[in-house]
Amino acid sequence: MWIDTFRTASSSLRGNWLRSTLTSLGVIIGIAAVIVMVSVGQGTQNEIDKMVSGLGANRLDINSGASRSGGVRFGSGGRTTLTQSDAEAIRQQIPEVTLLTSSLRGGGQVVYAENNWSTSWQGIEADYFAINNWSVDRGNTFEASDFKSGSKVALIGETVRRELFGESEAIGESIRLGKTPFTVIGVLTSKGQGGFGQDQDDIVLVPLETARRRLASNNTVPGGVQQITLSVERAEDLPYVQEQIEVLMRQQHKIQPGAEDDFSVRNIAEIIATRTETTRIMSLLLGAVASISLIVGGIGIMNIMLVSVTERIREIGLRMAVGAGPREIQRQFLTEAMLISIGGGLIGIALGVGFSLLVEKIGALPVALNWKVISLAAVCSMATGLFFGIYPARKASQLDPIEALRHQG
Amino acid sequence: MSQPVISIRALSKVYARGTEAQVTALNQVNLQIMPGEFVAIMGASGSGKSTLMNVLGCLDADYDGEYRCDGVDVRALDKEQLATLRLEKIGFVFQSFNLLSRMDALHNVMLPLSYAAVVPEQRQPMAEAALKAVGLGERMQHKPGELSGGQQQRIAIARALVNSPPLILADEPTGALDSKTGTEILALFEALKLKGHTIILITHDEHVARHADRVCHMLDGELREEIAHVD
Repeated sequence: MWIDTFRTASSSLRGNWLRSTLTSLGVIIGIAAVIVMVSVGQGTQNEIDKMVSGLGANRLDINSGASRSGGVRFGSGGRTTLTQSDAEAIRQQIPEVTLLTSSLRGGGQVVYAENNWSTSWQGIEADYFAINNWSVDRGNTFEASDFKSGSKVALIGETVRRELFGESEAIGESIRLGKTPFTVIGVLTSKGQGGFGQDQDDIVLVPLETARRRLASNNTVPGGVQQITLSVERAEDLPYVQEQIEVLMRQQHKIQPGAEDDFSVRNIAEIIATRTETTRIMSLLLGAVASISLIVGGIGIMNIMLVSVTERIREIGLRMAVGAGPREIQRQFLTEAMLISIGGGLIGIALGVGFSLLVEKIGALPVALNWKVISLAAVCSMATGLFFGIYPARKASQLDPIEALRHQG
Repeated sequence: MSQPVISIRALSKVYARGTEAQVTALNQVNLQIMPGEFVAIMGASGSGKSTLMNVLGCLDADYDGEYRCDGVDVRALDKEQLATLRLEKIGFVFQSFNLLSRMDALHNVMLPLSYAAVVPEQRQPMAEAALKAVGLGERMQHKPGELSGGQQQRIAIARALVNSPPLILADEPTGALDSKTGTEILALFEALKLKGHTIILITHDEHVARHADRVCHMLDGELREEIAHVD
C-alpha cells in the first residue's frame, strides 16, 4: 500500500520535475545551512575545548611592556619590564597563586650536524609544565640543579626533533642554539596545533637561568623576564587574583595613579569565553538562516502542493470514485510533499557536507562532521515536509467526489 | 433467487431544504435491478438524473429512504466506508473518460487495484485481462493522448471492469463520441451484459437507451419505468 502511494507520488512529481526541483530549493538551502551551522559550531567548540586543555585552566599571563618609551608605544612583551623580583613578590604576597613560572622567549636557528631549523625557544621554570599541562614524552625533564645553575640542557618539541633528527635518536645529542651548544635531555609530548593555529611542538625549552645567560643577549634588565604565568586553585578566584596582581605590580614598578601600566595581565579564560560567545553567536546566526530558509522552503512546498491539488481536482475526484478514501488521498499528497522535502534534504545534506569539507580544506574554520549532524538535517527535512504538506493534503482529502468530478479545468 | 444489485425504496433527496430555493431532486423513487440486467435511465437535464446517479454510485449517502447496493445499506456511511463500497461494488464509466494522461493504458486500468487489497503481482494480469476483454490487448503501453476517443473509452470501461464489481455505472458513455464509435461502445456494453455484468446506463439520448433491456425515465424527480419494449 505504501509502495503504491510512493510510486504514485513520485510519478506525479516526475511529471513536473522542474517545478518539484525549484520547490525543493528552499529546503536544499535550509538543510545545507543546518549542516554547515552544526558542523562549524561543533568544530569551533572542539577547538576551544582543545585550547582550554592545552593551556591549562585557571591561568593568568602577565606580560612585560604595554609601555611608552619616548612616545613610542610598545605592545606587550615589547620591552622587558618584569623581573624575577616581581615574580617573587607575587609568590609571597598572593597566597591563592599555586603555580608560577617566569619566562623569557625568543627565536633563533637551531642546528644539529648539517640540519638546521628556525624555531622559537623559551626559558622556563619548574612550574611551567604543570601550568601548561605538558610533560616530557621520552627522556628526562629538568632537574632542580639545572634551573639553579643554568645548565646547557634542552627539551625539544616533536616538530624540532623531526626536523633535526628525522628517524635517529635525539636524546643525548648536542644541538646548537645561537652560539651555545645544548644537550637534548628529552622530547616533549606532542600537543599538535594550538587554539590560535600555531604549531605548539615547534619549540625548544631551556631553564630560565640558562636562557638569561646564553640566549637573551639583548635583555639588559637585571633579572628581567618577559612573561610571568601563574595559575590558581579555583577559577572563581581569577578576577580577584588578577586585581591583586595589578595592584601589586603597580606598587612594585612605582607607577603613579593615572599613569599607564608597563605590564598587562591577560586572563585566558576571558579570551576563551569571548571565543565561545563568538561561536555561539555565529551558530545562532546560521541557525536563523537555516530556520528561515526551511520555513520559506516549507511555504514553497505548501504553495506548490495547493496549486497541485487545485490542478488535479478531477484526478482526485476520479481516484475517489474508483475507491480511494480520504485517508488515501491525504497520504498521497502528503507523500508528495515529503518526497519534495526529503529529496531537497538529501541534496542539501550533500551540499552542506561538501561545503563543510571545503571550509575545512581551505582552513577557514574548524569543522566537525558526524552522523548526528546528518540525521538532524534529515529529521529537519522530513519535519518540514510533514508540517507544510499536511494542510494541502487534508484539503485534497476533504474534496467532495461529486464536485471534484464535475470540476472543469 | 439471488438478491438485487440495486434496491431502492421510497428514496427522496431535497436540496436547500427549508429555504425558498428548495428543490426536490428525487421524489419517492423505487428501483430494483437484478444481476445481469442492462438498464438505461433516461432524463433531460434537471430531471434529477445526475442526483440519482450520485446516489446509485455511492457518491452521495445523504438522502431519505432506503438504498441497498449489493445488499449493503448505503445511508449514513462515512466517506471512508463509501470509498470502500465504491471500490468493491461499482465500476464507473464517465462521459469524458477521466483517464490520467501521464499513465499508459495498463496503469490507468490498474488504478482501482492500487486501492484494493490485491497483491501487486496479480494486478498486471488482471488489468491485461480487462483490456483484452474490451478489445485493447494490443494498446496496453499507449498513453491516452495517443489513442482515439473510442479507444480511450474502452480503457475507461476496462478500468471499471478490472476488479469485477457487481455493477457498472456508465454516465453518458457515448456523449463525447461520434455516433459510429458510440455504437461500438454500446455494442461492447451489450457484449459485457451477455457475459453476466450488470450495467446501468445514464443518458438523455433515446437511441442510446434503446440498447438496454429496461428503460427508466426520470422526470421532475420521479422515476417511471417504460414498459418493456418489444424486440
